[in-house]
Amino acid sequence: MKKQLFTIAFAVLSLALFAAQPIKVGEKAPSFSLKGVDGKTVSLSDYSNEKGVILIFTCNTCPVVVANEDRIIALHNKFASKGFPVVAINSNDPGVSAGDSFDNMKVRAEEKSFPFPYLFDEQQAVLPTYGATRTPEVFLLKNKGDEFVVAYTGAIDDNANNADDVEEKFLDNAINAVLAGNSPNPAVTKAVGCGIKVKK
Amino acid sequence: MFNFLNVTCMISNKMCILGSVIIVLFLVSFSAFSQPKSAIQVKNFEQLKPLLHQQNDTLYVVNFWATWCAPCIQEVPYFEQIGKKYKDKKVKVLMVSMDFPNQVESRLIPFIEKQNMKNEVILLDDPRQNKWIPQVDEEWTGAIPATLIYRKNERNFYQKEFSFEELDKLIQSKLN
Repeated sequence: MKKQLFTIAFAVLSLALFAAQPIKVGEKAPSFSLKGVDGKTVSLSDYSNEKGVILIFTCNTCPVVVANEDRIIALHNKFASKGFPVVAINSNDPGVSAGDSFDNMKVRAEEKSFPFPYLFDEQQAVLPTYGATRTPEVFLLKNKGDEFVVAYTGAIDDNANNADDVEEKFLDNAINAVLAGNSPNPAVTKAVGCGIKVKK
Repeated sequence: MFNFLNVTCMISNKMCILGSVIIVLFLVSFSAFSQPKSAIQVKNFEQLKPLLHQQNDTLYVVNFWATWCAPCIQEVPYFEQIGKKYKDKKVKVLMVSMDFPNQVESRLIPFIEKQNMKNEVILLDDPRQNKWIPQVDEEWTGAIPATLIYRKNERNFYQKEFSFEELDKLIQSKLN
């Protein structure tokens, strides 16, 4: 009987892991401590004096990310001074996707003069804690004083592929809502992106 | 080609004309072969939607992919094999491409030709992804590859990559 229960529990758990979902709005934001392209380690706790963090799972190789790079830079430039800096994390496994190696990350960061940290999730340990499934994927974190909580997850705006034809700036609106003391609405949005390249 | 023309024209006028005709025919047939054999249908989501809700007894296998998505193109041949294997078993494979609309000629069509794809390919050109992603499946985060398999009102959505064995086994289980 015990063995059966164990097998069932295992099956359910693996099914849950298979259909990964981002962590829910309102949940505590998992901590992280990762090396950036400048060699320095960046942790979530480094931002304890900020109003929040715009955490974005990105990478070098996904064309949807590339189509959003300027928008991500613009977000940092607009909101960092208002207490919401951008932090970018690459969780792709270079073994599966060579273009996403640490060295290539350094090259891209320099090419685009990223004004924000570009961190390497080398062990792919941070990825499952957030449940990110694609790049780019945004987790807007709000600083509640003693901890960070998730305020919004999903897309940057309503047109991932084309910055010139955006109607709704989901993330801008979400950040402005948090700054005004309100809850983002919508708090969860979706967009097509590249599946994150997990070690096989 | 020009050497051929030189030689034929040196022999006589008649040979020159014949040589030119041969070359023209060659060029025409060459350009005919390089026409895209597959026509790409382009649909927005409202136009695609009916294909995701057919009420006949065909098993629809709808794969969401793009040429810029490495794991997607890896499984394209598996879906081709499925399309071929279950052709007479009321299984219809639809390959819905999320390629950038301005890269149809430069990327999508050449890929389809190179892979000799026989499955129906539809380009989904609808930027308001947050609106239509939940309409395909509530749980879908938008990550590709992803596959919807349905027959009448029985629907299952798989946000994952398939090996051929997995996909084949799954289709077989749904046909029994």
